[in-house]
Amino acid sequence: MNFLEAKKVIFEYVRRGKDGEVDGFKRAIDEVDLDISQGDFIAILGPNGSGKSTLAKHFNSLLHPTEGTIYVDGCDTTDADKIWDIRKSVGMVFQNPENQMIGTIVEEDVAFAPENIGIDPEEIKQRVRESLVMVEMQDHRKSSPSKLSGGQKQRVAIAGVLAMHPKCIVLDEPTAMLDPEGRREVIRAVRALNDVENITIILITHNMEEAVYADRIYVMKDGRIAMSGTPREIFSRVEELEECRLTVPQVTKLAYELRKGGLDIPSGILTREELCRAICR
Amino acid sequence: MIRDITLGQYYPTDSVLHRLDPRVKLCGTLIYVISLFLFQTFTGYIVATVFLVSMIALSHVPVKFIFRGLKAILFILVFTAVLNTFLTPGRELVSFWKITITIEGVRLAAFMILRLVYLIIGSSLMTLTTTPSNLTDGLEKSLGWLKVFRVPVHEIAMMMSIALTFIPVLLEETDRIIKAQQARGADFESGNIIRRVKSLVPILVPLFISAFRRANDLAIAMESRCYHGGDGRTKMRPLAYGFRDIMAYVVLVLYLAVVIVVGIMF
Amino acid sequence: MSIIVNHVDHIYNPGTVFEKKALNDVTFSVENGEYIGLVGRTGSGKSTLVTHLNGLMKPTGGGIYYDGVDISSDGYDIKALRGKVGLVFQYPEHQLFEEDVFADVCFGPKNLGLKETEIELRAYEALKAVGIKDEQFYVSPFDLSGGEKRRVAIAGVLAMKPEVLVLDEPCAGLDPAGREEILALADHLHSSLNITVIIVSHSMDDLAEHVERILVMNDGMLVMDAPTRVVFGHRAELEAMGLAVPEVTAILSDLKKAGLPVRDDLITIEEARSEILRVFGK
Repeated sequence: MNFLEAKKVIFEYVRRGKDGEVDGFKRAIDEVDLDISQGDFIAILGPNGSGKSTLAKHFNSLLHPTEGTIYVDGCDTTDADKIWDIRKSVGMVFQNPENQMIGTIVEEDVAFAPENIGIDPEEIKQRVRESLVMVEMQDHRKSSPSKLSGGQKQRVAIAGVLAMHPKCIVLDEPTAMLDPEGRREVIRAVRALNDVENITIILITHNMEEAVYADRIYVMKDGRIAMSGTPREIFSRVEELEECRLTVPQVTKLAYELRKGGLDIPSGILTREELCRAICR
Repeated sequence: MIRDITLGQYYPTDSVLHRLDPRVKLCGTLIYVISLFLFQTFTGYIVATVFLVSMIALSHVPVKFIFRGLKAILFILVFTAVLNTFLTPGRELVSFWKITITIEGVRLAAFMILRLVYLIIGSSLMTLTTTPSNLTDGLEKSLGWLKVFRVPVHEIAMMMSIALTFIPVLLEETDRIIKAQQARGADFESGNIIRRVKSLVPILVPLFISAFRRANDLAIAMESRCYHGGDGRTKMRPLAYGFRDIMAYVVLVLYLAVVIVVGIMF
Repeated sequence: MSIIVNHVDHIYNPGTVFEKKALNDVTFSVENGEYIGLVGRTGSGKSTLVTHLNGLMKPTGGGIYYDGVDISSDGYDIKALRGKVGLVFQYPEHQLFEEDVFADVCFGPKNLGLKETEIELRAYEALKAVGIKDEQFYVSPFDLSGGEKRRVAIAGVLAMKPEVLVLDEPCAGLDPAGREEILALADHLHSSLNITVIIVSHSMDDLAEHVERILVMNDGMLVMDAPTRVVFGHRAELEAMGLAVPEVTAILSDLKKAGLPVRDDLITIEEARSEILRVFGK
């Protein structure tokens, strides 16, 4: 069995009118199937309101499907006995770093999760140290989070999740509030965790450049999986992506335009280096 | 205006007070507050002043910073002073029109103001030298016995800690909202009371919405980091008393003794 | 209309451990009808700078002149200035508070003390300018989608009929199509309504195809002030500041390094396409 499997997952919530009467149901997730192996780097793309974040909250049992099932590491996410095991193995990082900081000092914040799990003080210290090293924040362990840049705060948030020793990290638009340097820092850290520690990464984003490194991309639209495939496959379908209110990375777009203009360039170019090589060949 | 509130803010520096166990500081603050209410004479206040001034000196926190907290309660101070001065019966000092100011009134007003000022400075000093998490750790530990009476000590401590962490965030947010509405020409300074209260709506509505959004985000983040109350929770740095803390308790006991002696003798 | 920012300093919390020099000797001027991008890392002083432009913050050194008059001088009508320099904060939708969209947009003009009919006319025009449909005028602003909320919030400032409109990170948190919509709106306000527009952003890709001139802030200082193309020619300096040139410019400069005789001062995909095809004789 794969690490994370979603089978025909549907999630509906009740919409209420002004006076609280039931106004109807809104289907936020509509028959989603997913199949993610341990160690995969997955990107989920989609416009605002397409259900990405709702779907992400299903992965660690914060939300339960209305219909269908999700298995994480062999456990059904609706199984109340397994809920803490699931949350330990699937960590979540959210968009706004300010709203997920619990400690007033970096170190305390990272220690929050292991403290909740009930780990011994000495082991907590060890885990905090290791987690901060993994995201290269060990020099700031005594700092107040408010003194850190956005990228640094987000890396602390990642360390806070790492201290649970998770098998998978779900990042819900982790770079939306960061500047380019902060984005690079976070993405670099995430890729390193995937490469070195073999942690499964599920990155939710609408920044196309970040999805380029994924093993597989799922594109969501109106609660459904509209497209799925490798970045190369997905980004060669420019018109379809634009229908989903998304674009392709600028490099891919330029390559596409050049090919249309008669230059012999392969489809699905993803990085600057690839394009330069293809042009200079 | 909003930035003047120092209560609940930590001033990061290194001093003996910063390094003390939070339980000592809580206990000390409590004794100090009690002493303020015991003293009825100027001699008593001299003792409290000596104690307070030496603590401020030990804390390494700039005096300007400590006094900033008083600006926020200026209104209450003036109000107390006026009430006490005019409404206390006793020997007449000055009299004009229908108002009489009494010697007792002036005396009481002076004490009340001193008491409030000392109270605020003393408690700000504690929060300025103790990180919020340390403070709540201390509270949780020293009030642990209340659990017997089904008081949710851990939950209260956690709520306090979160509230303290989010005070600066929400203050900043308030500042931002005020600026944004001012950019739309909102005026908070002129007009009568009713107009001024009404002018707060454009600030309060977005502020509440934002606070709820943040609270919701935080709750989800805590849950996904396996938070499930105080049961089975451990601490990275469990509180433990050291030599310094025992010495501090000795100082406190001495202070208490002086307070009692002064209270009885003078 | 002209704005002159003359040797402006701003120091937060002077004399404490929290002392921070947010603006350090910033000097520039803005003429009528310009379309400007203000770029810099988070914490570089951009937001502090723009809150000085409408008098919300006072410089601790130097001065700001609007149409030649010092806005810090005694008796200067700051309230009128706030009508002239419209400031749209980051995530402006978080400042919505009225029961319906129309009432929220009326808030600004009402504060200017205008007549009822004038207020409503301005609100109507502003909502039309940002592309809100008539049937959405009387719904609660909280029931709108993210992009719509943001446009309503922008309308709230537009209804004050500003001569200068400052948009702080107008695209933050929006999906690619949403970003394009907001930037197209900024273009429209600049070209059709002849408003001076200043966009604050850290995304060069967002700015490249829109603004005419770019100001770069770093560590409280204004380090570059030049036409868009000229600024993007300084790739190494920008990258050293943690900023990036537009992807397209980076590709062209890589190609040039690899020996292809292309210009590297182009910023749009269309320009790059023609340039590369020209080199290959197609």
